[in-house]
Amino acid sequence: MQALKQWPDARGRFGEFGGRFVPETLHAALTQLEEQYRAVAQDEEFQAELRSELKDFSGRPTPLTRATRLEKAWGGPRIWLKREDLNHTGSHKLNNCLGQVLLARRLGKKRIIAETGAGQHGVATATVCARYGLPCVVYMGAEDVRRQALNVYRMRLLGAEVRPVESGAKTLKDATNEAMRDWVATVDSTHYIIGSVVGPHPFPMMVRDFQSVIGEEVKEQLGRLPDRVIACVGGGSNAAGIFYPFVEDESVKLVGVEAGGLSSEIGEHCRSLSAGSPGILHGARTYLLQTEGQVSATHSLSAGLDYPGVGPEHSFWKDSGRVIYESVGDKDAIKAFQEVARCEGIIAALESSHAYAWASQNAGKFPDEKDWVICSSGRGDKDVAEVERLTEEVNS
Amino acid sequence: MIPQDTYPSIVPFLTCGWPSPEGFLASVRGLAKVGCPYFEVGFPFSDPIADGPTIQLTSSEALEAGMNLKMCFELTAQATRESGIPAVAMTYANLVYHLGLNEFCQRLKEAGGEGLIVPDLSFEESEPVKEACNRHDLHLVSFLAPTTAAERRREVAAAAQGFLYLVAVRGVTGGAGASGPELQQLITDAKAAAACPVLVGFGVRGPEQVMDILKAGADGAIVGSALLEKVRAAGTDGASIEKAVEEFLGPLVQACGATPA
Repeated sequence: MQALKQWPDARGRFGEFGGRFVPETLHAALTQLEEQYRAVAQDEEFQAELRSELKDFSGRPTPLTRATRLEKAWGGPRIWLKREDLNHTGSHKLNNCLGQVLLARRLGKKRIIAETGAGQHGVATATVCARYGLPCVVYMGAEDVRRQALNVYRMRLLGAEVRPVESGAKTLKDATNEAMRDWVATVDSTHYIIGSVVGPHPFPMMVRDFQSVIGEEVKEQLGRLPDRVIACVGGGSNAAGIFYPFVEDESVKLVGVEAGGLSSEIGEHCRSLSAGSPGILHGARTYLLQTEGQVSATHSLSAGLDYPGVGPEHSFWKDSGRVIYESVGDKDAIKAFQEVARCEGIIAALESSHAYAWASQNAGKFPDEKDWVICSSGRGDKDVAEVERLTEEVNS
Repeated sequence: MIPQDTYPSIVPFLTCGWPSPEGFLASVRGLAKVGCPYFEVGFPFSDPIADGPTIQLTSSEALEAGMNLKMCFELTAQATRESGIPAVAMTYANLVYHLGLNEFCQRLKEAGGEGLIVPDLSFEESEPVKEACNRHDLHLVSFLAPTTAAERRREVAAAAQGFLYLVAVRGVTGGAGASGPELQQLITDAKAAAACPVLVGFGVRGPEQVMDILKAGADGAIVGSALLEKVRAAGTDGASIEKAVEEFLGPLVQACGATPA
């Protein structure tokens, strides 16, 4: 068995997952991207430039904050928060965008496109495009445009064009379809900055690597191995970034938390890993929520987790048993959102609130564990209006 | 296996069960009448990333009206039986894998299918599907695009079976018209390396384009979005749909020099 950190193989497979299921038109661009990426991964000049941007533009390293009031409330291990919310633009998404925009420049691409769900990846993409003077188009489901008005405005302020997508359920999946169609038509001039560890090879590997700075910093900051690392999983980029540096440290338990939405009925949640089956979506073989081979509708109050697929490496980690995937519903996520705000003075994104909620429900069950790390993947300012609306609905 | 001796010809594309099962069967009657040797039948998928707005809409309407894989096989069987011409199925990798390669191919063959086209199945991922197809006497169709590099063009074309599908434009189905020196080069390269017929699709709309494509050396053209737009304009009545299909495809078939049956 190949070591866990050695995947994917030459065909972009993580075990039986991943690969490159794309129209022929994209083949050349993906091959070129893979070659360039493998080159820059070894290129000290590129890596130094990326490190410098992560430090001086994004503000890395992000802190590892001890959450003593949550510890008291939950009664269990020491709780450490990896503060990706303190990255510039307010989430972990910028780590990947900085890496990819530098790569796009090496590829000579003159235009950038992206898909976005909650808008955090759209904002991060618009930000790097502003910094590097590249035109930027962001595809966003019309439903998400409504739910995430603040981020739409931020993207426009940053000079990006936001194109609402009206097909399907008008959320992240549909935005991704539309971004892929754009890329098929414009591939010579355009680089597609995929926002998560999804899509055809080499995207899942590349995005994971750019996000792995999260877990690498945790290792250094904690100075010992934690007992458990907890992160939310939609497409799975913050989770992949914090898990990957630990996958070969067998004592570290890794927990991915999916959006349980309203119920366990198909269409009312986003539990691709815990309730789906292997399929092919957006260029990769991976766990998928589907009915008779048609991709299912999904629901989560958190737009960033509202996706029927998941990164193929997570599918591989699930089947190999390396990572445990659990889920937390809408209501518990809101409860955690409120609890973390009051206990720690952190308004966390609804996505991250799923990870907090699982930790809150389970911290007391593991009396022998000493250190838990929760990936606080983003800030929740963007969610305040939606939470206010939802809690008013409950109260009225 | 896909017919090899009926060229030059027009291969029309229809979305299975759209605008209704009866409307779909009427379209097949119309295209058989004007002399198309076979037709492409799209099994609708929820996330058709290679398709433009027209086929996205016909696919989602068909799914909303209740089309599923079982009905696709049944309707395709009825259409091939009634028209006396075979079908080539076009659908996305998830549907093929969901049913299982062997079962999908077996049921397609039983429904009068002679080939399979999977636009998101890259050449590198195609081997298991090709094996399953060939076990059931089906061809698996390969693609070349304007962005396909020279060496890869030779490799894919040399391994092609049934017909080689040339993507005329950078982009999704139904996009801007196909023509120009880039397409000419693609056709020349394909013909030089392929042992099977070479067909051009994506953005084929009228007889002049068909003549240009044939003049450039291709064996025929695939027409999808433009045909579905005519079907939509014809409304819901079977006879009107059949007539609209005949009227649209007739001149294209004539441009191929083929004689209507």
